[in-house]
Amino acid sequence: MADTKLAFIVQRPPYKSENSKLAITHAISYQTVEILLEDGETVTPTFCLMGEAVLSCLKGQNSMDTYDITSTEMHLKNALLVDLDVLVCKEDLERFGITEDRILDAEDMGADKKIQIVPFEDIKKTIETAKHVLFF
Amino acid sequence: MAILTIGVFSSLIGSMSTDFVFKLSEAALRKGHKVNIWLSGNATGLVKNNQKHLKDYSTGEKPLKALLEKGVEVCTCEACTLARGIQKTDAIEGVQWSAMHWYLAKIHSGDRLLHIGGE
Repeated sequence: MADTKLAFIVQRPPYKSENSKLAITHAISYQTVEILLEDGETVTPTFCLMGEAVLSCLKGQNSMDTYDITSTEMHLKNALLVDLDVLVCKEDLERFGITEDRILDAEDMGADKKIQIVPFEDIKKTIETAKHVLFF
Repeated sequence: MAILTIGVFSSLIGSMSTDFVFKLSEAALRKGHKVNIWLSGNATGLVKNNQKHLKDYSTGEKPLKALLEKGVEVCTCEACTLARGIQKTDAIEGVQWSAMHWYLAKIHSGDRLLHIGGE
């Protein structure tokens, strides 16, 4: 009965590089990892957006129209749909002037989870309690 | 013996990160440890066979094959690799093809993780 806690710390912006998408898809894969684990073993990621990465959680992204690629918004909605804990740094949102009403959710897809706006101190605690930290 | 899992996201050419991974893996093997390597993003270009070793550029095929022969498990992200136009028939033999959960499983079963981000 072992659980491995992972902290995914994303600092890169949503479209300047591939990092943001890779971070989300790797975190989401916790849903299927059990096929490779022993019975009772689990992996629990917590997904944290900081710095320029907080731009990832803006709603109304149009990358499909512009670049013909799935938006980071859609990737994050899928993350919420599979019950991933997604934390976004409150202080960095404030630095960008992003208010809560501009943050995406996945209610239209039936997700129970919402993006959690938390102080940096909470993200620090997530890092401290994780077995491994993955920076993107 | 410990298990070291290395996630590589940076490209072979244009970054020295992959060269470092080869050296570190060799050192870990010499000390009796097991090594798993996950390739994702631009690092998946590393699995292409018939790489020409020009002396101005890092080369991956020879050191990667040497690591495979010594029992290192190397897995490439199938989606990332196919998106870059590399088919299984073009790839170095012995490299596994899978999805992101392979990496999470190796992190889970490993003792240490070295996650090397992309550009």
